[in-house]
Amino acid sequence: MTGAKMIVEILKRENVEVIFGYPGGAVIDIYDELYRTSEIKHVLVRHEQGAAHAADGYARSTGKVGVALVTSGPGSTNTVTGIATAYMDSIPIVVFTGQVPTKLIGNDAFQEVDTTGITRPITKHNFLVKSVEDLPRILKSAFYIAKTGRPGPVVVDIPKDVQQGKAEFNYPEQIQLRSYNPTYEPHIKQVEKAYTLLEEAERPVLLLGGGVISSGASEEATKLAELLNLPVTMTLMGLGSFPGDHDQSLGMLGMHGTYYANMAIAHCDVLLAVGARFDDRVTGKVDAFAPGAKIIHIDIDPSSIQKNVKVHIPIVGDCKRTLTKLLEIIKYAGKPKKYWKERFREWWEQIEIWRKRYPLSYKNDPNYIKPQFVIEKLYELTKGEAIIATEVGQNQMWTAQYYKFKYPRTLITSGGLGTMGFGFPASIGAQIGNPNKLVIDIAGDGSIQMNIQELATAMEQKLPIKIVILNNGYLGMVRQWQELFYGKRYSYVKFHVLPDFVKLAEAYGAVGMKIDKPHEVEPALKKMLEINTLVILDVHIAPEEDVFPMVPAGKATTEMILV
Amino acid sequence: MEKRHTLSVLVENTPGALARIAGLFSGRGFNIDSLCVAETLDPTLSHMTLVTHGDEQIIEQIIKQLRRLIDVYKVVNVTEEKEYVEREMALIKVRAEKEYREEIFRICEIFRCKIVDVSPRNYILEVTGDKEKLEAVIELLKPIGIKEIARTGIIAMKREKKTT
Repeated sequence: MTGAKMIVEILKRENVEVIFGYPGGAVIDIYDELYRTSEIKHVLVRHEQGAAHAADGYARSTGKVGVALVTSGPGSTNTVTGIATAYMDSIPIVVFTGQVPTKLIGNDAFQEVDTTGITRPITKHNFLVKSVEDLPRILKSAFYIAKTGRPGPVVVDIPKDVQQGKAEFNYPEQIQLRSYNPTYEPHIKQVEKAYTLLEEAERPVLLLGGGVISSGASEEATKLAELLNLPVTMTLMGLGSFPGDHDQSLGMLGMHGTYYANMAIAHCDVLLAVGARFDDRVTGKVDAFAPGAKIIHIDIDPSSIQKNVKVHIPIVGDCKRTLTKLLEIIKYAGKPKKYWKERFREWWEQIEIWRKRYPLSYKNDPNYIKPQFVIEKLYELTKGEAIIATEVGQNQMWTAQYYKFKYPRTLITSGGLGTMGFGFPASIGAQIGNPNKLVIDIAGDGSIQMNIQELATAMEQKLPIKIVILNNGYLGMVRQWQELFYGKRYSYVKFHVLPDFVKLAEAYGAVGMKIDKPHEVEPALKKMLEINTLVILDVHIAPEEDVFPMVPAGKATTEMILV
Repeated sequence: MEKRHTLSVLVENTPGALARIAGLFSGRGFNIDSLCVAETLDPTLSHMTLVTHGDEQIIEQIIKQLRRLIDVYKVVNVTEEKEYVEREMALIKVRAEKEYREEIFRICEIFRCKIVDVSPRNYILEVTGDKEKLEAVIELLKPIGIKEIARTGIIAMKREKKTT
């Protein structure tokens, strides 16, 4: 069997239903095999970055491994931002890149680039396949590494002669890698210690991160929170792991987190962090983060523990299995729900005072549409049932604050890398993976232009994605920083030319709408949601609206600018 | 407190493994003081001895980040073992005109160096020992005139218990 045929055969065996790709000279043999099969759907993107983001959005929204296929050289370098995005957020994707024939490697051949060299620091692992005999074992390893442990992107670089070469095809059912054995089962003694600490706690907080979503532990986390009456806050990546409309949800914490979440963290005595990595956007000034708290940290990646904050009870393990163990211990200890309710009553009273003092708020203006209002309305109209992708910047933060994500895998956003241009191609992947769900990309006028070419992909695939552009004519988040910390010196953040997004939508055969008055918001959103094809809704918002609360970079999270 | 640590690392003998480890150190701003790589009895594994420095938290991160690499099989912080042996070898090309030879012989005798190459004006000395010993030899030879030095970097091994 040829290498190219093996690759397609392996994709089938790994239950890959769709790949996002762009053909080229170094992958033409694989494309020739794809031509002959109907079992794998191929989505032709318009730029390789779109392929990587779409595979990522597919993985985030379905929990399955996303797959991208691109050619050598520029095909491969164009995926770099997408791979780094997936790496920072621990998303399982496998990217196949073509490579020049093995004999030419190192010769500066046409469309040659050192793909494994370039992608080494932004992948969980990568491979250069040197002979066709190695293909089955390497591809099995690639899928296994991508989806197990702390998930992440894996790149497989395949020279053209390896695709054309022939060997006997034996695909291993299972694979064992002696140097890679992620720890799923937590150390039971550590979990017991965690329970003892929670039992002694007077002001506990439960902090949920992206790991809760990737390990599928939302149910356990919710059970734990409800049983022990814990206040719950989430990182950006953790939104949806606990229902945002739940009484016990304090929403997001950190730089643009809620006042009450940041205050609760600052005053808690026990912090139970699950699948979160204490990113600087979450902690602010590290010394002032949860200063009086003993921290319990559950994470499958030992290197996440003790990296940024000092942890008192480290627990290395899968979030789902660890929380299951913790719930068993709680059940065995036998304290009823009523006990916990009473135990943390005073703490909750304090939190309610904070909640009432500074709820998330904004002022409506008769002349301008407020972006927060748009998101609130969108939440109301979709009843929180949509999959929401975002771009990066103000649009992302307003979405995180005002759309109360009820379910895991419904917020698709670039958290760690903060990649503008991510949301739209990611929503293509999400819509393909969830054909019966409503998928909305909340964009800014800056970031939507970064992968606007994928409109053609979405139209070709007949995807009814809804794009809501919160258009303020600025690179809004940078403008906000310049306003607050750089003496209003708005250096190159104003777009003096923007496309007519309505005409642009129409040029691609989609529907375009534009609004600029507050009273138009609800009818326009309703109309948009009724249309069965791709819609761009260009919402002209108050140009200088800021995202608040805001913790200035490097400051303690209690030093919030509130309005 | 900053301390010097010697890490013994077993890695899969694959083409990218060394680059991965070197890249990890540069990418995350860790220090490498010396790095020594060679085969083991098992041809599929390479042994690396890596000397680095940093405070406790940094060393913990270095070890965790190394273990996180898919190709890394085992990491031992040798410095944490109570008893271990550390050795380094150096080749030192030193000026050896007649008037200096006596002095060179004396240094060689004290430090058990070997003279491995002799030419009319230069000797090459081979010296093995821990870092301190090598540095002492170098210091003593400097006034005579060192032309070139090649050092292997440190290798290390944990001692076994003396009693059974």
